[in-house]
Amino acid sequence: MNYNWNWHIFWEASPDGSGTYLDVLLNGLQWTLATSLSAAVLAFFLGSIVGVMRTTPSRALRAFGTAYVELFRNIPLLVQMFLWYFVLPELLPTAMGNWVKAMAPPWASFFPAVACLAFFTSARVAEQVRAGIESLSSGQRLAGLATGLTLTQTYRYVLLPVVYRIITPTLTSELMNVIKNSSVALTISLVELTSATRSMQEFSFQVFEAFTAATLIYVFINIVVVIVMRILEKKTTIPGFFSGKAEEPSTE
Amino acid sequence: MFSDFDFDVIQRSLPYLFKEGMTFTLELTVCAMIGGIILGTLLAMMRLSKYRVLSAPAGMYVNLTRAVPLLLVIFWCYFLMPYVCGYVLHRLYLVSPSAVGDTLVDLFGYQVKDGQPVQIGAFASTLVTFTLFQAAYYCEIMRSGILSVSRGQEGASYALGLNYWQSMFYVILPQAFRNMLPVLLTQTIILFQDTSLVYVLSITDFLGAASKVAQRDGRLVEMYLFAALVYFAICLVLSYGVRRLQRRIAIVR
Repeated sequence: MNYNWNWHIFWEASPDGSGTYLDVLLNGLQWTLATSLSAAVLAFFLGSIVGVMRTTPSRALRAFGTAYVELFRNIPLLVQMFLWYFVLPELLPTAMGNWVKAMAPPWASFFPAVACLAFFTSARVAEQVRAGIESLSSGQRLAGLATGLTLTQTYRYVLLPVVYRIITPTLTSELMNVIKNSSVALTISLVELTSATRSMQEFSFQVFEAFTAATLIYVFINIVVVIVMRILEKKTTIPGFFSGKAEEPSTE
Repeated sequence: MFSDFDFDVIQRSLPYLFKEGMTFTLELTVCAMIGGIILGTLLAMMRLSKYRVLSAPAGMYVNLTRAVPLLLVIFWCYFLMPYVCGYVLHRLYLVSPSAVGDTLVDLFGYQVKDGQPVQIGAFASTLVTFTLFQAAYYCEIMRSGILSVSRGQEGASYALGLNYWQSMFYVILPQAFRNMLPVLLTQTIILFQDTSLVYVLSITDFLGAASKVAQRDGRLVEMYLFAALVYFAICLVLSYGVRRLQRRIAIVR
């Protein structure tokens, strides 16, 4: 192939003056992790609330939960990203919209990106929480209520602790998804890993070195996430209870 | 807040949005789905093979593809494909200069030059990207589909004297497809949503068209809300269809 490989490029200075090209990529990695981890934490709580709503006896709460999930699942992530970044500031009251638009550069794309990823992922977490709750025998809920716990207490002390253990494998792949999905934030000019790779490619013309490095970093993150979640899964297993292997959809 | 809403811009651009944009999106979705399912099924058969030379590369391919974001794969293919095609064409050309060279000129008007990168159209480039990327996901679905067919069926077809390919095509795969049809279709809805990412290559898919109109007329709010509404309506209808299908199939078992 007619291509000049130059693997030393990572140690050469990048023209934007922030250090070497390697620093550019690592800086992108930081933003990828910051964005996706904050989105993941928000999505975990939001998703749990909505997932629980979908299993409560209240019809209104169930309907709200269903509408929420359908809304965020059926619009492409990129379109949602545009809605948060371009459309939302226009629909807010003028003063607030102007304040959003006047935010300093990284934050003006960081916050919409986090919000977008959090809501997008929360719909998927909600589905998993709901499926987890529905997979428990109804006796658990009834027993909880029969011992005099309120509905909230039943969820908090009886159902959810078991559900989270069941869905740890699917939450692991969801965590991976949110990290991968954070690359979509490059369209709203957040300089995360994929975007940093693109800028390195544009400045240095070393396309394939840059993309190879980014691929390796993503694979590395993937491995770390899987290992950490596996340790977490082992730590939280209840001895003598099920092994937490319920229908694991291949996350090796 | 909707007082200065301009519905006219949507109406004016409808032909452009659907004739150019949506056509591209749908063509890409359908072609990538067919290619992805075929390649994915082959990969699944490889992954389940008892020969490590087949199962190991397939497993590596699937795990690698699933570890990287689709956007990165889109960029990879966009930049790598011209080089790979140039290289392959040059190699073919060296094997038989007259035959290959003439065919290429006849078909594409392309003159082979010493392994130079080849210009590849946007559609071809994205089609290859989505086929390769989705194949990894379809592979995992087909793998569990094949595993869902009881092992006795495989044994029975061998006992009847069918060979591997015959037992796969006449016995195992038809049942695997049937079992996995709802999941395959759900994955296709995800593929349909993911095609919007070709926006980053400035291709005029549905979202690309909407975004071009939005930026030309300075009507970001209207166009993006409309795009979201269209995607939402299509995906909602499709996913309800899949759910109904799932219920109908479930009765049979």
